[in-house]
Amino acid sequence: MIAKWRLWLGGALLVAVIGAALYFPALRRQVNVAKQLTEKTAEQARRELLPPAPVSSGDPKVRVRMFWGSKTGDSFTPVTVELPLSTDPVLRAKQVLNTLLAGPIDPETRTLPADAALLAFYLLPDGTGVADFSESMSTSIPSGIQSEQMAVDSITRTLEANVPQVQRLKILLHGQEMDTLAGHLDLTQTFLVNTSGLGTQPKASAASLLTAPIHKAVETMKSVTKR
Amino acid sequence: MRLLRFQLTAGLAATLALGFAATSGKSSVATPQTPSTSQGAAPSSQGGQTTIPNPTQANIPLSQPRMGLNIVVLDPAHGGTDLGARGTEGIRESEVILEFSSRLKQTLEAQGFQVLTTRDGNDNPSFDDRSARANAQRGAIFITLHIASTGLPGTVRTYVMAEFPPATNTTRLISWDRAQAPFVGLSHKLGDLVQQDLAKRFRGSPATATVAPVRQLRTTAAPAIAVEISSVVVQQRGELDRMIPGVADAITHGVVAFRPSYILPLVSSAGGGNQP
Repeated sequence: MIAKWRLWLGGALLVAVIGAALYFPALRRQVNVAKQLTEKTAEQARRELLPPAPVSSGDPKVRVRMFWGSKTGDSFTPVTVELPLSTDPVLRAKQVLNTLLAGPIDPETRTLPADAALLAFYLLPDGTGVADFSESMSTSIPSGIQSEQMAVDSITRTLEANVPQVQRLKILLHGQEMDTLAGHLDLTQTFLVNTSGLGTQPKASAASLLTAPIHKAVETMKSVTKR
Repeated sequence: MRLLRFQLTAGLAATLALGFAATSGKSSVATPQTPSTSQGAAPSSQGGQTTIPNPTQANIPLSQPRMGLNIVVLDPAHGGTDLGARGTEGIRESEVILEFSSRLKQTLEAQGFQVLTTRDGNDNPSFDDRSARANAQRGAIFITLHIASTGLPGTVRTYVMAEFPPATNTTRLISWDRAQAPFVGLSHKLGDLVQQDLAKRFRGSPATATVAPVRQLRTTAAPAIAVEISSVVVQQRGELDRMIPGVADAITHGVVAFRPSYILPLVSSAGGGNQP
């Protein structure tokens, strides 16, 4: 004969097993959600904290030329879009670069990584623009000289077409001056943006023309931002 | 600012530091090194590609004085943990490029050049270490080899640096960061010669070299080009393998055509692309 306490114990265990079986899927869902949350990179978190592209409904709509790539990926197909753009060159640069990052309708003609973000943009008194992109600009871009040059060229040409105050461009990645964009293109110096004063440069794209080292300009920028 | 690190020959240091204009007939410094014999050179005709006459077979004495170019430094990009471009079928740039470098070395050696490489195995030297391999030589050119992950498959592009802005350096030494400056004109000439041949063999390739600020070229004190094949996005690895002999022959043709015009450039204090 089975003792009464053993029956109670068996029953309790059975109830616990049934309860666990019912609770387990819900627990699994909760764990997965928690896992996804913890998997968010610092990059994504920072991106979420960033203010949205500063577009004011009061700004007049103007025609903007965006330099996305061609289907073959080795040339540009300028696209004209209408955007409300600020007259302030810094805001305007942010607006056009965010639009460039958002990408064209056809994702195949994208020149910049989809998950890259513009973290900051500064304009120094000498016309040097400093664009600080997230690390994805480096880690998500297709490897190669051509793809990196296309990325930088699309940025400089878009700025040249829409923000005439920017003469040169310095690219930072996550606030740091990097040796290369993704192992090929040199980021230690500035890229010429406004080529109007150069005369003809048949072989050189705007982005390929390096100008003087930017160390002084970056130091100036740092001192400005510290204030 | 770091100054150019002279790693080996005192002759190179004298040439760069004193701005010695070197030509084969003007001074002992300019006397070119005797090219190495083509020991271990492979046959120059493979894979059904255009053959290149072997100078040893054409009765050209190897001891004959030549212009500056004696050594070709090949730089297979990436390596080690850096796989470079990755494509379908498990294609890895760092692996394919090693085979490409090996093939190119054979065709260049068959032309009497001494060929050095920045890596022969699965390691990844730094940019500066790779440049130093060329900077330590006299009469060398530097070719960095890449495979793209974009671009029209079956095309090849040659890249060269743009002219450098004038420097404020008052010493007569070349800054390491601007080592390419005095060689930009020669690099353009070499790049155009190579690209012209590539354009004939690979339809859709540009007719001339493309200007781009390639990091590896900036610190190289020699005529320097980057050659990039498109691309790892091919259906099968065999498509890339079939391109390699043609690209190697085109580069070799370009280098051979460039050889007579290679005169070590005069180094000015400005270092802003001074050319002979």
